[in-house]
Amino acid sequence: MADTRERRWRGLDRLDARNRPPRSLFVALLLASVTLITLDYHGGPDSAMEPARRAVGEAFGPVESVTATVVRPFTSVPSWLRSQGALSDEIRDLQAENSALRNEVATAGFDRNRLESYDGLTQAAQDLGQALVPARVVAVGPSQSFSNTVTIDAGSQAGIGPDMTVVNNDGLVGRVLRVTRSTATVLLVTDTESIVGGRVGSSMEIGFVHGRGSLADDGGLDLRLVDDAVVPAEHDTVVTWGSTSGPYERGVPIGEVTEVYSSLLETSQRAVIKPFVNFSALDVVGVMVPTGTTSDRAVVEADGALR
Amino acid sequence: MNRLRALVALAAVVVALVLQVSLFPHLAWQGIVPNLCLLVVVAAALTIDAPSALLLGFAAGVALDLAPPADHVAGRWALALTVVAFLAARVRQDVRPTAVAVVGTVAAASFIGTSIFALTGLLLGDAWSVAELLRVIVVAVVWDVLLTPFVLPPLMKLFGRLDPRWASA
Repeated sequence: MADTRERRWRGLDRLDARNRPPRSLFVALLLASVTLITLDYHGGPDSAMEPARRAVGEAFGPVESVTATVVRPFTSVPSWLRSQGALSDEIRDLQAENSALRNEVATAGFDRNRLESYDGLTQAAQDLGQALVPARVVAVGPSQSFSNTVTIDAGSQAGIGPDMTVVNNDGLVGRVLRVTRSTATVLLVTDTESIVGGRVGSSMEIGFVHGRGSLADDGGLDLRLVDDAVVPAEHDTVVTWGSTSGPYERGVPIGEVTEVYSSLLETSQRAVIKPFVNFSALDVVGVMVPTGTTSDRAVVEADGALR
Repeated sequence: MNRLRALVALAAVVVALVLQVSLFPHLAWQGIVPNLCLLVVVAAALTIDAPSALLLGFAAGVALDLAPPADHVAGRWALALTVVAFLAARVRQDVRPTAVAVVGTVAAASFIGTSIFALTGLLLGDAWSVAELLRVIVVAVVWDVLLTPFVLPPLMKLFGRLDPRWASA
């Protein structure tokens, strides 16, 4: 009896020694991870990891595009069941028309103010209508990574570069962080790292729109106005403020004000904005590029023509 | 044989990663998807020899850190998945692990892995409340446990077949 137990224990010992992960390798890998973190964190935008990111992106981008293309017919099956064939088309067209009209109404105040202010902005009006490179979302970063980023299937070959504005037919989606040949990574405006210069359409007041990191429908964005004397009204539309050097183009609708908070402790007004874009169902997006950009696909020009 | 094993393991990581970012967002709950890469690492740690499992954990983490659309500080998932591989290899038993043991290991690994990732974020200055982090971590654990019965058995069989010592056992 004791003998068998002895043998079994010995056997366990042997197995245990074989299974026990080597401590030295573990420590080496931990140190390697910490080195990566340090390199990337202190390097910032031009860290040593950027070339690696680009190389991995070149490899993974096409695979993600293909997977998304394969998966797409299956994910649209529920919509076929709800509304067959022609009905589904009709609904899509109506939705597109609806959001186009909503955009028009939403930016009406902003447009009128811009014309009234007459400060040379009208001269740029023809530039405001920008060419769009159409693209589809092929990969979405998991929320476990605590950042809101997506990959789109258009890259440097399509004429896309870092810091370009990404929109869909509802409003502002985000900006391009980095590109590979065939894909681009987009930072959504809901990401906690995202800050967009915003302007309240009715009062022309400027502020900053911060993401809250939530993709939920009731997630919302935070708007902090620069001038703390101004209280944004509910249902005011917020559009991008835009600058010549900054990443976001001017006058893209972001969302509407749903709640306003003001506290004595905070120096500025804080308003919650409900974005026009449904971030949990992103699909077709457009990247704003300068007119005349050469692209590997048809570009939607400012007047709506395909080129 | 060794090279083939490494290739198959890396292929499993690539497939898991691509499914995780391109297929599962369609099923995601508030953007939270099952962490398939973590499941692959746990399956490997429960089956193949520990040093290989550690290396695979590190490689899967680096892939998660660098493949688009990742934009966090690189190395955070590498750290989390290395620890996960180490712990899963430590708890593994000499006999074929029971179903309950596997599910328990996955749940613990998922909780620890996501927590380590979240904590490194806090250390690097992410502005997230602990309640938010916990909500995401708990949903992630539920997702991973739900997928365990479908993902772990075939993966462990695959890894087991590749490892000659374990295949004969």
